[in-house]
Amino acid sequence: MTRSIPPVGADDHILGPDDAAVTLVEYGDYECPYCGEAYPVLKAVQQAMGRQLRFVFRNFPLVDAHPHARRAAQFAEAASQAGVFWAAHDMLFENQDALDDESLLVYGERLGIGRALLLAAFEGRYDDKLRHDFIGGVRGGVNGTPCLFVDGVRYDGPRDIDALVDILRQAARRSA
Amino acid sequence: MADQSHPGTPLQPGQAAPDFSLPATPDQHLSLSEMRGAPVILAFYPADWSPVCGDELALFNEVLPEFHRFGARLVGISTDGVWCHAAFAGERKLHFPLLADFEPKGEVARRYGVYRPQEGIAERALFVIDSEGVIRWSYVSPLGLNPGADGILDALDDMTARAHNTGAAA
Repeated sequence: MTRSIPPVGADDHILGPDDAAVTLVEYGDYECPYCGEAYPVLKAVQQAMGRQLRFVFRNFPLVDAHPHARRAAQFAEAASQAGVFWAAHDMLFENQDALDDESLLVYGERLGIGRALLLAAFEGRYDDKLRHDFIGGVRGGVNGTPCLFVDGVRYDGPRDIDALVDILRQAARRSA
Repeated sequence: MADQSHPGTPLQPGQAAPDFSLPATPDQHLSLSEMRGAPVILAFYPADWSPVCGDELALFNEVLPEFHRFGARLVGISTDGVWCHAAFAGERKLHFPLLADFEPKGEVARRYGVYRPQEGIAERALFVIDSEGVIRWSYVSPLGLNPGADGILDALDDMTARAHNTGAAA
Protein backbone atom coordinates (compact mmCIF):
# COMPACT_ATOMS: atom_id res chain seq x y z
CA MET A 1 0.00 0.00 0.00
CA THR A 2 1.90 3.03 -1.17
CA ARG A 3 0.03 6.25 -0.84
CA SER A 4 0.90 9.60 0.48
CA ILE A 5 0.38 11.98 3.29
CA PRO A 6 -0.89 15.54 2.75
CA PRO A 7 1.75 17.88 1.29
CA VAL A 8 3.63 20.16 3.66
CA GLY A 9 1.54 23.27 4.19
CA ALA A 10 1.37 26.59 5.94
CA ASP A 11 -0.07 25.15 9.15
CA ASP A 12 2.73 22.61 9.52
CA HIS A 13 5.55 22.83 12.04
CA ILE A 14 8.65 23.10 9.90
CA LEU A 15 12.37 23.25 10.64
CA GLY A 16 14.71 23.87 7.74
CA PRO A 17 14.51 25.65 4.41
CA ASP A 18 11.53 25.37 2.06
CA ASP A 19 13.86 24.47 -0.80
CA ALA A 20 15.71 21.75 1.15
CA ALA A 21 16.76 18.77 -0.93
CA VAL A 22 14.76 16.33 1.19
CA THR A 23 11.79 16.49 3.55
CA LEU A 24 11.36 14.24 6.58
CA VAL A 25 7.92 14.20 8.18
CA GLU A 26 7.44 12.63 11.60
CA TYR A 27 4.01 11.65 12.87
CA GLY A 28 4.47 11.52 16.60
CA ASP A 29 2.89 11.33 20.03
CA TYR A 30 4.59 13.22 22.86
CA GLU A 31 3.88 10.46 25.35
CA CYS A 32 4.89 7.57 23.12
CA PRO A 33 8.10 5.96 24.41
CA TYR A 34 9.27 5.08 20.89
CA CYS A 35 8.89 8.71 19.86
CA GLY A 36 10.89 9.62 22.94
CA GLU A 37 13.59 7.20 21.80
CA ALA A 38 13.55 8.69 18.31
CA TYR A 39 13.74 12.27 19.55
CA PRO A 40 17.52 12.52 20.15
CA VAL A 41 18.14 10.44 17.03
CA LEU A 42 16.14 12.82 14.87
CA LYS A 43 17.96 15.77 16.43
CA ALA A 44 21.30 14.25 15.49
CA VAL A 45 19.99 13.48 12.01
CA GLN A 46 18.93 17.11 11.55
CA GLN A 47 22.33 18.23 12.72
CA ALA A 48 24.09 15.92 10.30
CA MET A 49 21.91 16.93 7.36
CA GLY A 50 22.05 20.67 7.98
CA ARG A 51 20.33 22.84 5.39
CA GLN A 52 19.75 19.86 3.13
CA LEU A 53 16.87 18.74 5.34
CA ARG A 54 13.43 20.11 6.03
CA PHE A 55 11.92 18.45 9.11
CA VAL A 56 8.19 18.49 9.81
CA PHE A 57 6.39 17.31 12.94
CA ARG A 58 2.73 16.31 12.81
CA ASN A 59 0.51 15.23 15.68
CA PHE A 60 -0.53 11.63 15.98
CA PRO A 61 -1.62 11.26 19.60
CA LEU A 62 -2.94 7.84 20.61
CA VAL A 63 -5.04 9.23 23.40
CA ASP A 64 -6.46 6.01 24.78
CA ALA A 65 -3.05 4.40 24.99
CA HIS A 66 -1.39 7.54 26.36
CA PRO A 67 -3.50 9.53 28.80
CA HIS A 68 -1.48 12.75 28.50
CA ALA A 69 -0.92 12.67 24.75
CA ARG A 70 -3.85 14.88 23.81
CA ARG A 71 -3.01 17.55 26.37
CA ALA A 72 0.62 17.52 25.31
CA ALA A 73 -0.36 18.00 21.67
CA GLN A 74 -2.73 20.81 22.64
CA PHE A 75 0.12 22.36 24.59
CA ALA A 76 2.41 22.23 21.56
CA GLU A 77 -0.21 23.88 19.36
CA ALA A 78 -0.66 26.68 21.89
CA ALA A 79 3.11 27.03 21.92
CA SER A 80 3.03 27.33 18.15
CA GLN A 81 0.55 30.16 18.44
CA ALA A 82 2.94 31.80 20.90
CA GLY A 83 5.83 31.31 18.48
CA VAL A 84 7.70 28.72 20.56
CA PHE A 85 6.60 25.43 19.01
CA TRP A 86 10.01 23.78 18.76
CA ALA A 87 11.01 24.75 22.28
CA ALA A 88 7.77 23.17 23.47
CA HIS A 89 8.26 20.10 21.28
CA ASP A 90 11.72 19.57 22.81
CA MET A 91 10.53 20.23 26.33
CA LEU A 92 7.74 17.67 26.00
CA PHE A 93 10.03 14.97 24.66
CA GLU A 94 12.61 15.74 27.32
CA ASN A 95 10.01 15.43 30.06
CA GLN A 96 7.94 12.50 28.88
CA ASP A 97 7.52 11.24 32.43
CA ALA A 98 5.88 14.48 33.59
CA LEU A 99 3.14 15.49 31.16
CA ASP A 100 0.30 16.01 33.63
CA ASP A 101 -1.68 19.27 33.45
CA GLU A 102 0.18 20.83 36.33
CA SER A 103 3.55 20.17 34.74
CA LEU A 104 2.32 21.50 31.40
CA LEU A 105 1.25 24.74 33.06
CA VAL A 106 4.72 25.07 34.57
CA TYR A 107 6.34 24.45 31.16
CA GLY A 108 3.97 27.00 29.68
CA GLU A 109 5.14 29.59 32.15
CA ARG A 110 8.75 28.72 31.47
CA LEU A 111 8.21 29.18 27.73
CA GLY A 112 6.14 32.32 28.15
CA ILE A 113 2.94 30.84 26.76
CA GLY A 114 0.04 32.82 28.18
CA ARG A 115 -2.05 30.89 30.65
CA ALA A 116 -5.28 31.90 28.91
CA LEU A 117 -3.96 30.60 25.59
CA LEU A 118 -2.94 27.34 27.20
CA LEU A 119 -6.32 26.87 28.86
CA ALA A 120 -8.08 27.64 25.57
CA ALA A 121 -5.94 24.94 23.95
CA PHE A 122 -6.94 22.50 26.71
CA GLU A 123 -10.56 23.44 26.03
CA GLY A 124 -10.10 22.31 22.44
CA ARG A 125 -9.14 25.40 20.44
CA TYR A 126 -6.69 23.39 18.31
CA ASP A 127 -8.47 20.04 18.31
CA ASP A 128 -9.55 20.41 14.67
CA LYS A 129 -5.93 20.85 13.66
CA LEU A 130 -4.94 17.82 15.75
CA ARG A 131 -7.67 15.75 14.13
CA HIS A 132 -6.64 17.00 10.71
CA ASP A 133 -3.04 15.91 11.30
CA PHE A 134 -4.24 12.57 12.60
CA ILE A 135 -6.62 11.76 9.75
CA GLY A 136 -4.12 12.90 7.12
CA GLY A 137 -1.66 10.50 8.70
CA VAL A 138 -4.08 7.59 8.89
CA ARG A 139 -5.07 8.11 5.26
CA GLY A 140 -1.43 8.29 4.28
CA GLY A 141 -0.62 4.98 5.94
CA VAL A 142 0.63 5.94 9.40
CA ASN A 143 0.50 2.65 11.30
CA GLY A 144 2.03 3.58 14.62
CA THR A 145 4.31 6.13 16.18
CA PRO A 146 6.75 7.43 15.38
CA CYS A 147 6.01 7.10 11.69
CA LEU A 148 8.49 8.68 9.30
CA PHE A 149 7.98 9.77 5.70
CA VAL A 150 10.85 10.67 3.40
CA ASP A 151 9.63 12.94 0.63
CA GLY A 152 6.12 11.67 1.27
CA VAL A 153 6.95 7.95 1.22
CA ARG A 154 6.66 5.93 4.42
CA TYR A 155 9.99 4.77 5.78
CA ASP A 156 9.85 1.42 7.59
CA GLY A 157 13.59 0.82 7.94
CA PRO A 158 15.83 1.01 11.00
CA ARG A 159 15.67 4.23 13.00
CA ASP A 160 19.28 4.76 13.95
CA ILE A 161 21.23 7.87 13.03
CA ASP A 162 23.43 6.27 10.37
CA ALA A 163 20.59 4.51 8.59
CA LEU A 164 18.43 7.63 8.54
CA VAL A 165 21.20 9.95 7.38
CA ASP A 166 22.05 7.42 4.72
CA ILE A 167 18.56 7.25 3.21
CA LEU A 168 18.04 11.00 3.53
CA ARG A 169 21.31 11.65 1.67
CA GLN A 170 20.22 9.21 -1.02
CA ALA A 171 16.91 11.04 -1.35
CA ALA A 172 18.70 14.39 -1.42
CA ARG A 173 20.98 13.16 -4.22
CA ARG A 174 17.98 11.96 -6.20
CA SER A 175 16.38 15.39 -6.05
CA ALA A 176 19.64 17.21 -6.89
CA MET B 1 -18.81 -25.73 8.73
CA ALA B 2 -18.51 -23.64 5.62
CA ASP B 3 -16.40 -24.39 2.61
CA GLN B 4 -13.06 -25.81 3.68
CA SER B 5 -11.86 -26.84 0.25
CA HIS B 6 -9.28 -24.07 0.22
CA PRO B 7 -7.96 -23.80 3.74
CA GLY B 8 -5.37 -21.06 4.01
CA THR B 9 -6.73 -18.97 1.14
CA PRO B 10 -8.23 -15.77 2.48
CA LEU B 11 -11.76 -15.10 1.29
CA GLN B 12 -11.80 -12.56 -1.51
CA PRO B 13 -13.93 -9.55 -2.47
CA GLY B 14 -17.26 -10.58 -3.94
CA GLN B 15 -17.59 -13.66 -1.72
CA ALA B 16 -20.30 -13.88 0.90
CA ALA B 17 -18.93 -13.40 4.39
CA PRO B 18 -19.60 -16.59 6.37
CA ASP B 19 -21.84 -15.95 9.33
CA PHE B 20 -20.58 -16.70 12.82
CA SER B 21 -21.53 -16.20 16.39
CA LEU B 22 -18.73 -15.75 18.91
CA PRO B 23 -18.51 -14.70 22.55
CA ALA B 24 -17.88 -10.98 22.99
CA THR B 25 -18.04 -11.15 26.78
CA PRO B 26 -18.36 -14.05 29.22
CA ASP B 27 -22.15 -13.96 28.81
CA GLN B 28 -22.80 -12.35 25.43
CA HIS B 29 -22.41 -13.54 21.87
CA LEU B 30 -22.17 -11.38 18.79
CA SER B 31 -23.04 -12.71 15.35
CA LEU B 32 -22.19 -11.28 11.97
CA SER B 33 -25.83 -11.57 10.85
CA GLU B 34 -27.02 -9.31 13.65
CA MET B 35 -24.70 -6.58 12.36
CA ARG B 36 -26.23 -6.85 8.86
CA GLY B 37 -27.44 -3.54 7.45
CA ALA B 38 -24.22 -1.64 8.06
CA PRO B 39 -20.63 -2.18 6.94
CA VAL B 40 -18.57 -4.40 9.23
CA ILE B 41 -14.79 -4.43 9.60
CA LEU B 42 -13.36 -7.73 10.81
CA ALA B 43 -9.85 -7.40 12.17
CA PHE B 44 -8.31 -10.82 12.77
CA TYR B 45 -5.10 -10.61 14.77
CA PRO B 46 -2.67 -13.12 16.27
CA ALA B 47 -2.91 -12.43 19.98
CA ASP B 48 -3.91 -10.05 22.74
CA TRP B 49 -0.89 -8.42 24.39
CA SER B 50 1.56 -9.02 21.56
CA PRO B 51 3.36 -5.77 20.70
CA VAL B 52 2.22 -5.28 17.10
CA CYS B 53 -1.37 -6.32 17.85
CA GLY B 54 -1.53 -3.84 20.68
CA ASP B 55 -0.33 -1.06 18.37
CA GLU B 56 -2.70 -2.08 15.60
CA LEU B 57 -5.74 -2.18 17.86
CA ALA B 58 -4.71 1.08 19.60
CA LEU B 59 -4.59 2.71 16.18
CA PHE B 60 -7.98 1.31 15.16
CA ASN B 61 -9.34 2.51 18.49
CA GLU B 62 -8.34 6.07 17.60
CA VAL B 63 -9.67 5.80 14.06
CA LEU B 64 -13.01 4.46 15.33
CA PRO B 65 -14.85 7.81 14.94
CA GLU B 66 -13.77 7.82 11.30
CA PHE B 67 -15.14 4.27 10.79
CA HIS B 68 -18.36 5.38 12.46
CA ARG B 69 -18.73 8.22 9.95
CA PHE B 70 -19.30 5.46 7.39
CA GLY B 71 -21.71 3.76 9.76
CA ALA B 72 -19.23 0.89 9.98
CA ARG B 73 -18.73 -1.37 12.98
CA LEU B 74 -15.35 -2.76 13.91
CA VAL B 75 -14.76 -6.07 15.66
CA GLY B 76 -11.46 -7.68 16.56
CA ILE B 77 -11.11 -11.47 16.46
CA SER B 78 -8.37 -13.66 17.88
CA THR B 79 -8.11 -17.14 19.34
CA ASP B 80 -7.75 -15.74 22.88
CA GLY B 81 -10.50 -16.49 25.39
CA VAL B 82 -13.10 -14.03 26.67
CA TRP B 83 -11.37 -13.29 29.98
CA CYS B 84 -8.13 -12.55 28.23
CA HIS B 85 -10.00 -10.24 25.84
CA ALA B 86 -11.74 -8.53 28.74
CA ALA B 87 -8.45 -7.82 30.51
CA PHE B 88 -6.77 -6.64 27.31
CA ALA B 89 -9.65 -4.42 26.18
CA GLY B 90 -9.92 -2.93 29.66
CA GLU B 91 -6.25 -2.17 29.99
CA ARG B 92 -6.03 -0.65 26.48
CA LYS B 93 -9.39 1.14 26.76
CA LEU B 94 -10.62 -0.36 23.50
CA HIS B 95 -14.04 0.89 22.43
CA PHE B 96 -14.96 -1.98 20.14
CA PRO B 97 -15.71 -5.66 20.83
CA LEU B 98 -13.08 -8.39 20.76
CA LEU B 99 -14.50 -11.77 19.82
CA ALA B 100 -13.11 -15.04 21.14
CA ASP B 101 -12.51 -17.55 18.35
CA PHE B 102 -11.55 -19.92 21.11
CA GLU B 103 -13.72 -23.02 20.89
CA PRO B 104 -13.63 -24.77 18.49
CA LYS B 105 -10.28 -23.06 18.26
CA GLY B 106 -9.85 -20.75 15.30
CA GLU B 107 -12.91 -22.06 13.50
CA VAL B 108 -14.01 -18.64 12.25
CA ALA B 109 -10.48 -17.75 11.19
CA ARG B 110 -10.38 -21.05 9.27
CA ARG B 111 -13.63 -20.26 7.51
CA TYR B 112 -12.19 -16.92 6.40
CA GLY B 113 -9.01 -18.67 5.29
CA VAL B 114 -6.78 -16.87 7.76
CA TYR B 115 -5.87 -19.50 10.36
CA ARG B 116 -2.29 -20.56 11.03
CA PRO B 117 -2.68 -24.11 12.35
CA GLN B 118 0.97 -24.52 13.31
CA GLU B 119 0.89 -21.62 15.73
CA GLY B 120 -2.80 -21.88 16.56
CA ILE B 121 -3.40 -18.21 15.82
CA ALA B 122 -5.16 -16.08 13.25
CA GLU B 123 -3.31 -14.17 10.58
CA ARG B 124 -3.21 -10.40 10.80
CA ALA B 125 -6.07 -10.02 8.35
CA LEU B 126 -8.69 -7.43 7.56
CA PHE B 127 -12.07 -7.88 5.91
CA VAL B 128 -14.46 -5.09 5.02
CA ILE B 129 -17.98 -6.44 4.60
CA ASP B 130 -20.83 -4.43 3.09
CA SER B 131 -24.28 -4.02 4.55
CA GLU B 132 -25.51 -7.02 2.52
CA GLY B 133 -22.91 -9.32 4.01
CA VAL B 134 -20.59 -9.44 0.98
CA ILE B 135 -16.83 -9.07 1.38
CA ARG B 136 -15.69 -5.92 -0.41
CA TRP B 137 -12.04 -5.86 0.56
CA SER B 138 -9.62 -8.17 2.30
CA TYR B 139 -6.00 -7.90 3.19
CA VAL B 140 -3.52 -10.16 4.95
CA SER B 141 -0.59 -8.32 6.44
CA PRO B 142 2.78 -9.84 7.35
CA LEU B 143 2.42 -11.02 10.97
CA GLY B 144 4.90 -8.50 12.35
CA LEU B 145 3.63 -5.49 10.41
CA ASN B 146 0.84 -3.23 11.53
CA PRO B 147 -1.36 -2.79 8.42
CA GLY B 148 -2.62 0.66 9.41
CA ALA B 149 -6.15 1.82 8.65
CA ASP B 150 -5.73 3.41 5.23
CA GLY B 151 -6.82 0.30 3.33
CA ILE B 152 -9.99 0.01 5.39
CA LEU B 153 -10.89 3.67 4.86
CA ASP B 154 -10.25 3.38 1.11
CA ALA B 155 -12.53 0.33 0.99
CA LEU B 156 -15.25 2.21 2.87
CA ASP B 157 -14.83 5.15 0.46
CA ASP B 158 -15.22 2.81 -2.51
CA MET B 159 -18.33 1.23 -1.04
CA THR B 160 -19.88 4.64 -0.40
CA ALA B 161 -19.05 5.82 -3.93
CA ARG B 162 -20.51 2.65 -5.40
CA ALA B 163 -23.69 3.02 -3.35
CA HIS B 164 -24.06 6.60 -4.61
CA ASN B 165 -23.52 5.56 -8.23
CA THR B 166 -26.05 2.78 -7.94
CA GLY B 167 -28.44 5.21 -6.36
CA ALA B 168 -27.90 7.71 -9.16
CA ALA B 169 -28.37 5.06 -11.85
CA ALA B 170 -31.61 3.76 -10.32
